[in-house]
Amino acid sequence: MNAPVPSDPITTSVEPGEGVARYPGWLLAPGLCWAVLFFFVPLLIVFAVSFAARGTYGGVVWTFRLANYADLLHPLYFRIFAQSILFAAVTTALCLLLGFPLAYYIARLPRRRQGIWLMLVMIPFWTNFLVRTYAWMFILRTEGVMNRLLIGAGLIDAPIELLYSDGAVVLGLVYGYLPFMVLPLYAAVERLDPALVEAAWDLYASRWSVFRRVVLPLTKPGVIAGCLLVFIPSLGAFITPDLLGGARSMMVGNLIQHEYLVVRDWPLGSALSFVLMGFLIVAMAVYYRVDAGMDRQGSQP
Amino acid sequence: MADCSVETRDLVKRHGSTAAVDHVSLQIKRGEFFSILGPSGAGKTSVLRLLAGFERPDEGEILIEDRPMTGVPPNRRPVNLVFQSYALFPHLTVFQNIAFGLEMRRLPREEIESRVQAALEMVRLGKQRARYPSQLSGGEQQRVALARALVNRPAVVLLDEPLAALDQQLRQEMQVELKAIQEQVGVTMVCVTHHQEEALTMSDRVAVMDRGRVLQVGRPHEIYDAPVSLFVARFIGLSNELTGSVVTLENGMCGVDPSGLHPSRPIRVRCLYNVALGDRVTVVLRPERVRLSTETRPSGDENVLEARVEKAIYSGHELHYLLRLSDHVLWKARVANGAGDRKRFAAGERVFIRWSADEGVVLRA
Repeated sequence: MNAPVPSDPITTSVEPGEGVARYPGWLLAPGLCWAVLFFFVPLLIVFAVSFAARGTYGGVVWTFRLANYADLLHPLYFRIFAQSILFAAVTTALCLLLGFPLAYYIARLPRRRQGIWLMLVMIPFWTNFLVRTYAWMFILRTEGVMNRLLIGAGLIDAPIELLYSDGAVVLGLVYGYLPFMVLPLYAAVERLDPALVEAAWDLYASRWSVFRRVVLPLTKPGVIAGCLLVFIPSLGAFITPDLLGGARSMMVGNLIQHEYLVVRDWPLGSALSFVLMGFLIVAMAVYYRVDAGMDRQGSQP
Repeated sequence: MADCSVETRDLVKRHGSTAAVDHVSLQIKRGEFFSILGPSGAGKTSVLRLLAGFERPDEGEILIEDRPMTGVPPNRRPVNLVFQSYALFPHLTVFQNIAFGLEMRRLPREEIESRVQAALEMVRLGKQRARYPSQLSGGEQQRVALARALVNRPAVVLLDEPLAALDQQLRQEMQVELKAIQEQVGVTMVCVTHHQEEALTMSDRVAVMDRGRVLQVGRPHEIYDAPVSLFVARFIGLSNELTGSVVTLENGMCGVDPSGLHPSRPIRVRCLYNVALGDRVTVVLRPERVRLSTETRPSGDENVLEARVEKAIYSGHELHYLLRLSDHVLWKARVANGAGDRKRFAAGERVFIRWSADEGVVLRA
């Protein structure tokens, strides 16, 4: 039913397409200057450093060499990269598994109550990330809350080593980045017409088929956005593996931090940063290709 | 009931403290086009959602093809719903949309192909099979939604305001087409609508609902010509009304003395429902039954009332008149703009309203 909407000059003027032509280009200037000065220029500097040599007492000796990148082929670095990707991938998968039902539930609540739930999802952001990670240390350590609960429940006899493990790192990452998964998923599910779910159900689809054939394809942009928003920061994370991880749970983020601040090998740190960025650019490219494919199918309203 | 496709027994669905569906018992015959007509909030969509299985009744029972539907989820019911918004899958082509139900039932590829193709041709969309719903016009989307239901050969097709999103002209074309397809396929259709003309045009029978209750079930002409209550009379088309009391009563006809008017003899009306002498009643007459003339005297069974033309509206195929009978009574008349010899009246003119006794109906006030 297309009830005639009274045309409101204010709302019509900001509709996409018209707004683009209306606003002068100089509005871009402040943001653009900021991005160039404080993001793009430093990035260029890091890029230049990644080809330089390390000074004897740290610092940079300006030469051009590919040795920093060649050094990264060392099995140790390869192992850390592989481990980081694995951690990030597992984190992303777990966030998706936990986040989808939550996002679906919130998006199908009455609109008034959606706000409260979304706020509950975002409240952890109001506390410093470092503090929250310390809280997890308190929960997970040998004399911590979790061990006491498990012993109390009779599941274990003696405290087990929960902290300083790969599991603790993934737990910390899932905890930290779950909201980044929930929010885009919520937006995608919220846009999904509930009648489509009912239509599929009416057309003999089981609950699982409804999800696989209708809900998932139509919320794919949200799934991909959520996965990227979790995968990217997880891949570069360094606080979580540093505090919750064991000796072998090092991730690329820790390695870069280590090269810059401990070893003071800035060129190698820079090269590491750029390889990491390369991975992320590939991930983004995959995202945009899939997204564009969805657009061609006309799946986005 | 042997030839019953859908039967509801004392169906009740409550939303909070109000009953959206209040003891609804319907018997819909096999192959019938059955409409549920009512204003918004009457509970008609709730009935449809109960039949589809999206909602569970608080009381009562639904039988479809003599099978009780209690506890049967929508995907296991032999019914398919055509949604008001069509609910076409935007990520699937026209073909894939229509094939969806057959694929879910795991039919062989070749059978799906041939049945979808047949359905596409039935709704005249053979050329659009590879398109996406967003590339179709409203009318085409409507036909895809219909084909997507019919292709499954369900026992019952449920239609939720099927033509509401179409413009007037397309709506009238689709009314005819929908009815033709229904007769061709022979499927039972249950259609929910608030549009009385649509219901009367397409249906074999109509149920009029208000506030969760079924007020009347009948063939379109029964609903229109013999409404059981003022609500039904007013909802199904325009009606002229006169209140008064019953003064005579003889073999199915009653005489009504209208309050505030002074006709030369009581108004004679068919008496379809039990009334007694002295009852307060309302005489109802459809505007197109009103004849206007300058002749004062009644002939035979005719009723005659004097009025003044308040407004005369020329609308092309018809002339619409607003007629002032008294300070409180204003009637409408619709006269076909046909014969050239018929007199046209102008505002302010004195006219005599005439209609024969069997054209009106008397209802309890």
